[in-house]
Amino acid sequence: MLRDKFERNDKPVKIVLIYLALITMCLITVYPALNMLTIALRPGNALFQSNLKIIPDNATLANFETAIFKRNLLLWMRNSLLVSFLTGIIGVIFATSAGYAFSRYKFFGAKVTLTLFLLTQIFPAPMLLLPTYILLAKLKLLNNFLGLIIPYAATAVPFCVWTLKGYFDTIPRSLEESAYIDGANVLTTFFKIILPLSKPALAIAALFSFMTAWNEYIISRIIITKPQLATLPLGLVNMQTAFNTEWGVYSASALLTSIPAMILFVSLSKYLVSGLTVGSVKG
Amino acid sequence: MSAVSTKTSKPTKTPRIDNIRNRNLAIKWWTPYMFIIPAILIVLLMVIYPLVFGVRLSLTNMNLRNFLNPKIIGLDNYIEIFTDPEFYITFGRTILWTFANVSMHVVIGLWLATLINRKLMGKSLIRVLLILPWAMPEYIAVLTWFGLFNYQYGAINILLRAIGLSALPWLSNPNFLFSAAIITNVWLGFPFMMMVSLGGLQSIPTELYEAADIDGASSWQKFKNITLPMLKPVLVPAATLGAVWTFNKLNVIYILAKNSSDSRVHILVTKVYRAGFDYYRYGYAAAFSVVIFLILALFASSFIKAMKGTEEVY
Repeated sequence: MLRDKFERNDKPVKIVLIYLALITMCLITVYPALNMLTIALRPGNALFQSNLKIIPDNATLANFETAIFKRNLLLWMRNSLLVSFLTGIIGVIFATSAGYAFSRYKFFGAKVTLTLFLLTQIFPAPMLLLPTYILLAKLKLLNNFLGLIIPYAATAVPFCVWTLKGYFDTIPRSLEESAYIDGANVLTTFFKIILPLSKPALAIAALFSFMTAWNEYIISRIIITKPQLATLPLGLVNMQTAFNTEWGVYSASALLTSIPAMILFVSLSKYLVSGLTVGSVKG
Repeated sequence: MSAVSTKTSKPTKTPRIDNIRNRNLAIKWWTPYMFIIPAILIVLLMVIYPLVFGVRLSLTNMNLRNFLNPKIIGLDNYIEIFTDPEFYITFGRTILWTFANVSMHVVIGLWLATLINRKLMGKSLIRVLLILPWAMPEYIAVLTWFGLFNYQYGAINILLRAIGLSALPWLSNPNFLFSAAIITNVWLGFPFMMMVSLGGLQSIPTELYEAADIDGASSWQKFKNITLPMLKPVLVPAATLGAVWTFNKLNVIYILAKNSSDSRVHILVTKVYRAGFDYYRYGYAAAFSVVIFLILALFASSFIKAMKGTEEVY
């Protein structure tokens, strides 16, 4: 029954209006991505067109080919993958161990530290950028991937600690207690019992750290100046704001970069906001 | 953010059951510290140290030329900032920027959340499409809008011409560039508010609405007297956080105005970024950052206080 698919109190007119509003908003949210696709599919001789067709006449994949084989997209992707992958690993290792301690032990300074982690989310980035830049320059980490990985991990760790602490809180303590009674020590319990149970939360933390690095432009713009070390954001921004932009090639590269990130994000989105809403609403 | 309290938990003198258990299981007092040390170190190194270092830097005249031996010049940088009339104009522009963005984020986000929070065919697909702006890497979204705002070939001007209006100089006129930046950032930010509101809406017990229905309340009355007050604990922290994020938003204006030398589009943070990394005036930029930080801290604390005050009325 069609009737079952809608709220019983909603009149048909209201349902139509709701759909109209939602579809209009969906068009607005999707259009920029479609526009990238349109420009990427245009043949080289028709780059500048003044119509709004989604699939252009004589659509071609030539721009994708140019982006992958004739420009530096693969190099940037390799650099970005390396940086993001290492950020993900470091982020998840640091955040897991800290989240576990915050979840399981009462210790002096625990509350202050957790609050401090929350506050780091509020600090203005520009205030930290300059000292970070000078610090990294003194550590000789400019034009070095470590100079990106360390600040990225530091940005991602506080959020991941909170997420993981929340997850560990849901695992009953009795599991560890019975392991202790069987003679296991703290580390064995942590690695053999808690970690295998926490795989989904670990994946979220790792992906969140990964995406922090994958999408970051402002820090990489000041740390990396050598073209062969450029990451995707650097390469793409320079490609697009150059005065003779290759719009087609840029759009193809931007699509190839953002589609995997968007799929990942959409599948994670449920967990990203849950931290904000759970517990703050008194039901 | 009202959940953030700075009270320290004092180590309890009376042995609680937990403590006895911990002791029996041979967990030393330093065990938890071993677990948190890596995370603490990286956050201290990358957040707290730069914060302290930044304040010190703001009292020097460090720039590209005297990078290695800067001189302490006291409060000169601060005096330069506060005596420059442009600072106040930029500050006003930043407030306009923050207010315009956050209010649009909340209004659009809340509106979409109330529309979508019902039985609806194709709801999950619609929700995925609606959060796309949040999912797209921010710099790519900004660059795409940069293309959409192009005077001759951008979709927005094509659309304006198609409905009989004249094309607008989005990227060359500072006022239009600023509006373009707001449009871009509203587009980027409303999905977050939508998801937050949706999470809040779903946790409001339906009995409240049923009771209101029995009393014959109109939809507007239900929205005003049930939905809004119940969403407040979610929306207020989210909007405060959103305001801080928007105040600090570098990407949008910096990338949109990358090829423009007009200073009339900049907000405080993009101005600092330019002073620091395009003009290499490190000491000055550090002082500017401290000023921004103080403004934000003042805003956040007074906002929370004000909200707490009104909470007690309810």
